[in-house]
Amino acid sequence: MKALLGIVLGSVAVLAVAADYDYRLQAERVAEGVYAFVGKTEDFTPANGGNIVNTGFIVAPGGIVVIDSGPALRYGEQMRRAIVAVSGRPLALLINTHHHPDHFLGNQAYAGLPIAALPATQQGIAAEGNAFAENLFRLTGDWMKGTEVVAPNKTLAGGVAEVAGRRLRLIGLDGHTGADLAIFDEASGVLFAGDLVFNGRAPTTPHADIAHWLAALDQLEAITREAGFTALVPGHGAVARDAAPIRQTRAWLRWLQAAMRQAAREGLDMNEVLARPLPAEFAELPVAASEYRRSVGHLFPAAEQEALGGPK
Amino acid sequence: MKFHMTVAAIALAALMPPGEAAALRESGDPLASARWGEMQKAFLAGAPVLFDPRVKVVAPSTAENPMQVPVTVDATALGKVVEVLVFADFNPILQVLRFFPEAAPAYLGFRVKLQQSTPVRAAVRTADGVWHVGGIWVNTVGGGCTAPTGTAASKDWQQRLNMVSGRQWTEGPNVGRVRLRIEHPMDTGLIAGTPAFHLEEIEFRDAGGQRLMRLQTYEPVSENPVFTLNRGAVDGPLEASGRDNNGNVFKARIAP
Repeated sequence: MKALLGIVLGSVAVLAVAADYDYRLQAERVAEGVYAFVGKTEDFTPANGGNIVNTGFIVAPGGIVVIDSGPALRYGEQMRRAIVAVSGRPLALLINTHHHPDHFLGNQAYAGLPIAALPATQQGIAAEGNAFAENLFRLTGDWMKGTEVVAPNKTLAGGVAEVAGRRLRLIGLDGHTGADLAIFDEASGVLFAGDLVFNGRAPTTPHADIAHWLAALDQLEAITREAGFTALVPGHGAVARDAAPIRQTRAWLRWLQAAMRQAAREGLDMNEVLARPLPAEFAELPVAASEYRRSVGHLFPAAEQEALGGPK
Repeated sequence: MKFHMTVAAIALAALMPPGEAAALRESGDPLASARWGEMQKAFLAGAPVLFDPRVKVVAPSTAENPMQVPVTVDATALGKVVEVLVFADFNPILQVLRFFPEAAPAYLGFRVKLQQSTPVRAAVRTADGVWHVGGIWVNTVGGGCTAPTGTAASKDWQQRLNMVSGRQWTEGPNVGRVRLRIEHPMDTGLIAGTPAFHLEEIEFRDAGGQRLMRLQTYEPVSENPVFTLNRGAVDGPLEASGRDNNGNVFKARIAP
């Protein structure tokens, strides 16, 4: 009976946590003046409210540079309050690293601020933002209440830029999506890699070009070899002090690419590809099974077309 | 027991492993779909029906992409099959395809567009006139039948219409398998301003002209359809031919 009561009370506690719509964001100090909010390595659920993503900020002399805004209006608002609690400086700029919804649906909370992104990211948010938002409503429920798409209002170009009095290397890449921005803060040596790098979580591939992604990872790994490099903030998963998450992301992508090609060459039907077991190397990786299934849908048709050859 | 099994069903059950025989039944949809009654009336009216676990329908329980949901139908455990009808209870267009395995085994892989969560079923008619029904629920976010195709966004699709790529496997774990892809938008007609435009008839013949399988395809078959057949033993090239509902024809030879 005691045990039963414990279970009942436990369930009530879980419900209470979910119902207050508090993401409990804690700014993790990555370096002097550089912080990250690290999300869970899970899929979107009503329990996590979409807090499966990393966002961050840099306290620059001329104000705060915010990197990504999270999956919902509520997240953006709570993130903004958590930033203010760390530094009293004004907000200078919000940057969206790419056009996936967990990275920009908090933009609304930063209305009035310049919101910058690569051109293809701006276009992607304008074109697909509403469909993404609808999908997150379906996956996470009321956490999304009041969330509306706010597209970036400022176009970024790659290169070294003085942003709010801080030298930032803005690295325009692609592969995870059609435009992926990585940001290297030269003063602290922190690299914000966006979703080009996943740490301890299987990568997502709905808009992936694997060859381009692998090339982007090589560029990012070169930065980690520079003398000034101190830390890597991936788009998902824990902050790292080395290039291990880059190697892990690369290993997954290479395996995935080879597995799709091999399955297509062997003549497998898509259902047979879906039924294939994960290699032992990735069996314990969080959400590996579900991301593999999604990736088969995204990547197998092209591998199949390659294996079936040209017109007969 | 409200419903009694027919003599035919009892005789069938006696030939099957106990687990499968227990699952064999003539009424009470195992997928508990509110639409089953209508489906039976529309497609199988008047004929004896058996829910039969030997009709295997494989599809993901959750479809990531409602425009390309992979479905594999394997009715080879039934022996000689006359006709296989595939339909989806809750799709705006119910019929997906029909195939008539002649010299080929009753096996076909393909992809479908689903508008919402639905059972996907295969009704398999044997020579005795009995429809053996198998199926599976597929959950999906929907929109598969009313979303624009990739073809609609491309400029040069007309040049590639009905182009066939394909391959036969003569060795390895899938020896005897044929896979082919046909470029076609497979427009459902459910998008304003885009009339239904889809492949209707496809057939496969061996080098000697013997028909292996005949296929009737409807709007819900996915854009640029990909089919997987098991030919058994490969004996020379395979000829695939067909036409769409606008009278465009194709013919392709797939060498082993």
